[in-house]
Amino acid sequence: MTTTNPTRPAADTFGMYTVGAPIADTKAPTTVPIDKMWTTRKFDAKLVNPSNRRKLSVIIVGTGLAGAAAAASLGEAGYNVQVFFYQDSARRAHSIAAQGGINAAKNYNGDGDSVYRLFYDTVKGGDYRARETNVYRLAEVSANIIDQCVAQGVPFAREYGGLLDNRSFGGTQVARTFYAAGQTGQQLLIGAYQALERQVAKGTVTQFKRHEMLELIVVDGRARGIVARNMATGELETHLADTVVLASGGYGNVFFLSTNAMGCNVTATWRAHRKGAYFGNPCYTQIHPTCIPVAGDYQSKLTLMSESLRNDGRIWVPKRAEDCDKDPRQIPEDDRDYYLERIYPAFGNLVPRDIASRQAKNVCDEGRGVGPKVGDFRRGVYLDFAESIQRLGRAAIEEKYGNLFDMYAQITGESPYEVPMRIYPAVHYTMGGLWVDYDLQTSITGLYAAGEANFSDHGANRLGASSLMQCLGDGYFVLPNTIRDYLANGPFPKVAADAPEVTGALAAAQARIDRLMAINGERTVDSFHRELGHIMWEYCGMERTEEGLLKAIGLIRSLREEFWRNVRVLGSADSLNQSLERAGRVADFLELGELMCIDALHRRESCGGHFRAESQTEDGEALRHDDEFLYVAAWEFAGGADGVVGTPVLHKEDLVYKSIELKQRSYK
Amino acid sequence: MNLTLNIWRQDGPNAQGRMVTYQLADVSEHMSFLEMLDVLNEQLVEKGEEPIAFDSDCREGICGMCGLMINGKAHGPEVTTTCQLHMRSFHDGDTITVEPWRATAFPVLRDLVVDRSAFDRIIQSGGFISVNTGAAPEAHSVPVPKPKADRAFESAKCIGCGACVAACPNASAMLFMGAKVTHLGELPQGQPERWARVVKMVSQHDHEGFGGCTNTGACADVCPKEIPLDVINQLNKDLRGSMSKRA
Repeated sequence: MTTTNPTRPAADTFGMYTVGAPIADTKAPTTVPIDKMWTTRKFDAKLVNPSNRRKLSVIIVGTGLAGAAAAASLGEAGYNVQVFFYQDSARRAHSIAAQGGINAAKNYNGDGDSVYRLFYDTVKGGDYRARETNVYRLAEVSANIIDQCVAQGVPFAREYGGLLDNRSFGGTQVARTFYAAGQTGQQLLIGAYQALERQVAKGTVTQFKRHEMLELIVVDGRARGIVARNMATGELETHLADTVVLASGGYGNVFFLSTNAMGCNVTATWRAHRKGAYFGNPCYTQIHPTCIPVAGDYQSKLTLMSESLRNDGRIWVPKRAEDCDKDPRQIPEDDRDYYLERIYPAFGNLVPRDIASRQAKNVCDEGRGVGPKVGDFRRGVYLDFAESIQRLGRAAIEEKYGNLFDMYAQITGESPYEVPMRIYPAVHYTMGGLWVDYDLQTSITGLYAAGEANFSDHGANRLGASSLMQCLGDGYFVLPNTIRDYLANGPFPKVAADAPEVTGALAAAQARIDRLMAINGERTVDSFHRELGHIMWEYCGMERTEEGLLKAIGLIRSLREEFWRNVRVLGSADSLNQSLERAGRVADFLELGELMCIDALHRRESCGGHFRAESQTEDGEALRHDDEFLYVAAWEFAGGADGVVGTPVLHKEDLVYKSIELKQRSYK
Repeated sequence: MNLTLNIWRQDGPNAQGRMVTYQLADVSEHMSFLEMLDVLNEQLVEKGEEPIAFDSDCREGICGMCGLMINGKAHGPEVTTTCQLHMRSFHDGDTITVEPWRATAFPVLRDLVVDRSAFDRIIQSGGFISVNTGAAPEAHSVPVPKPKADRAFESAKCIGCGACVAACPNASAMLFMGAKVTHLGELPQGQPERWARVVKMVSQHDHEGFGGCTNTGACADVCPKEIPLDVINQLNKDLRGSMSKRA
């Protein structure tokens, strides 16, 4: 039911962007049926003789699930791998914080799951804004991921018979989620980390810890290396290779408050974007419905409570605003509004994340939020386990969610066994990222992007338990197969350490650091970051309007101008300096934020996590406009020096659905 | 609340360190300990003083990046990570002493930041199951009895923060190592390398300069993931077992 509103004005670029030539993926073998494409691509991809592999080198940035899995696998295959990460150990990358689980089309429960159904659910969940060929492959490799992880010793939850247990998750009607209590990401990452360390011991992988990528080195049109700063010593280093993989995660920290780790940043992908890599769908961010509400102004981050809690918890607010400050246990059933069960009877509390988030915002905007007031508002809804505890017993709930309940109690001082949890949406994941083709290659030859760093598989909204799947799919199974097709043409001509592209990139990184150190202004880095976060959350968060986005762009521009004039970074650049690290990241967020707003402004439809208030149905649901926006927005950088974003160029990749029928999404 | 903070400052790995005292006013009890340090750092920068360097990343108790000695106790008065410690555990007027992990195997890089690479090298020595990507059998081909799977999971919860080492009077990493040996040793997939693994890991542990275990149990007392002390028994048992089985 896609409608064109005849009264809608024609697209206006507001002078913010220009439209360039369309682009397309050329790597998926679309002449064969979708279920044969990956097999065909793997067969057609050129091979590299085992004895030649050690002569070929790969740089990987990031050691989350995608980066660690790719590094381990490429190391095992015999390539010469160098891996870079900002933490002090590869085991600490933020994949570790994923709680709920990982999807796989194993159909161990015989409840009708299949590769096609996982593919279907993922495309539908993404509101038909993902490329179907990539998503199908993801569903196809999902089962292998579980096999691989079990063989590595990942201690998934098991039944008494010794077989693996599954749970269900939002946006699906089958139980296909494998989990390890509420610490699935940790267990999967430790599996990948151990595989990586095994290769370090074998000498196929070299680790560069406490290293942050600051520039991409492009020679003769190919990605050939990076400039990285050793954060412990302050030294700038250049590293060269035959190919570069960015697995550096998402950019949710542009909002300052998010569920991301403190160090998560966009610098690696943004620097690549500045060198020519297109940025796909930057405005697609996921606001996760089940996070612990903000408690005060000093807050540094938000904590997620796994969405798996929605399996057994019921979400409600009081029917009447005057009940909002009462003890929830004293509010009788009849005075409670289980609004998700009421509005979406088929999916109830398990509607996809974007819908659950927006409805929470709606009830709080109506004045029916709960919990303490921050500013003038109560921003929280109840997630109530009383009924489940009664039905299943406290022990069963404790086994499933014990660590999450403990974490909640630790942070809030309240026990969810006794009092309903309070939750509110928070920025959690970014579906946007570097544009990649079927091979996960970006628009720069020889530069690949994997995991959350690419835009690939989740369209405009990601389903729960799908990010771990995508990261490991990319890292273990996709990249090792596609990257060999590229490396088979190598080794590429040796790049001299004093080549102008190398010294130029090094000088650019050095100049940027020197400039940041020299400003010596009045405001701390965090104060700029916090202000940027407020702008993004207010105008480019759960609900976006043309007016708000235009205002946000103006605010970001003046904030960025002030940043380069008035930021204060103390200490020296040639030692461990956390203010300097943050300043560089915030500088890039200040550029990215503008692009996100421009992308959100240009997409005058609602889809998935991107809700444009001007585009909704009569009953307030998201209204897509497939006639106009059935494409991926891939943005080309057209700016200049640091702080100068210029007028980006929009390249459209039309989305073609041959294997799935395009429908307006409904969970009612 | 108002606090007096004694904090270890050290400009670099080879510099002489010192305790510096700071006063911090109007601390909310809802703040986490690290948010309290964030506030102090903002004030220091505003005054033109260099902020205090400390490690943290996820701030939800799972990445293992943070870790401070707070009033002489690893991760402070509660059994949790430093990032999950909240100021409601302290009182108005308290004096709080904050130091980095102290162990030969964890050299200080700056202020409260230490280098825990030794843990990675212990894992490199054998803390893994050797299975190449793509070589795995079907996941259900090997059932794992639930009690074994559960014990493996309990041990695998280790976050590698290093509190066990910091708390130990001998700076031993036996709890860290025992957790990994138990995690992999409980699973059928971990059996082929079980006996060789423990020998390699213990040898690397000693080489890194960690001390021996004298069973004080200080490690398990502070472990934020409550890894039980009996993983050290398992480690010793497997080490003894390796003598007979390895041949």
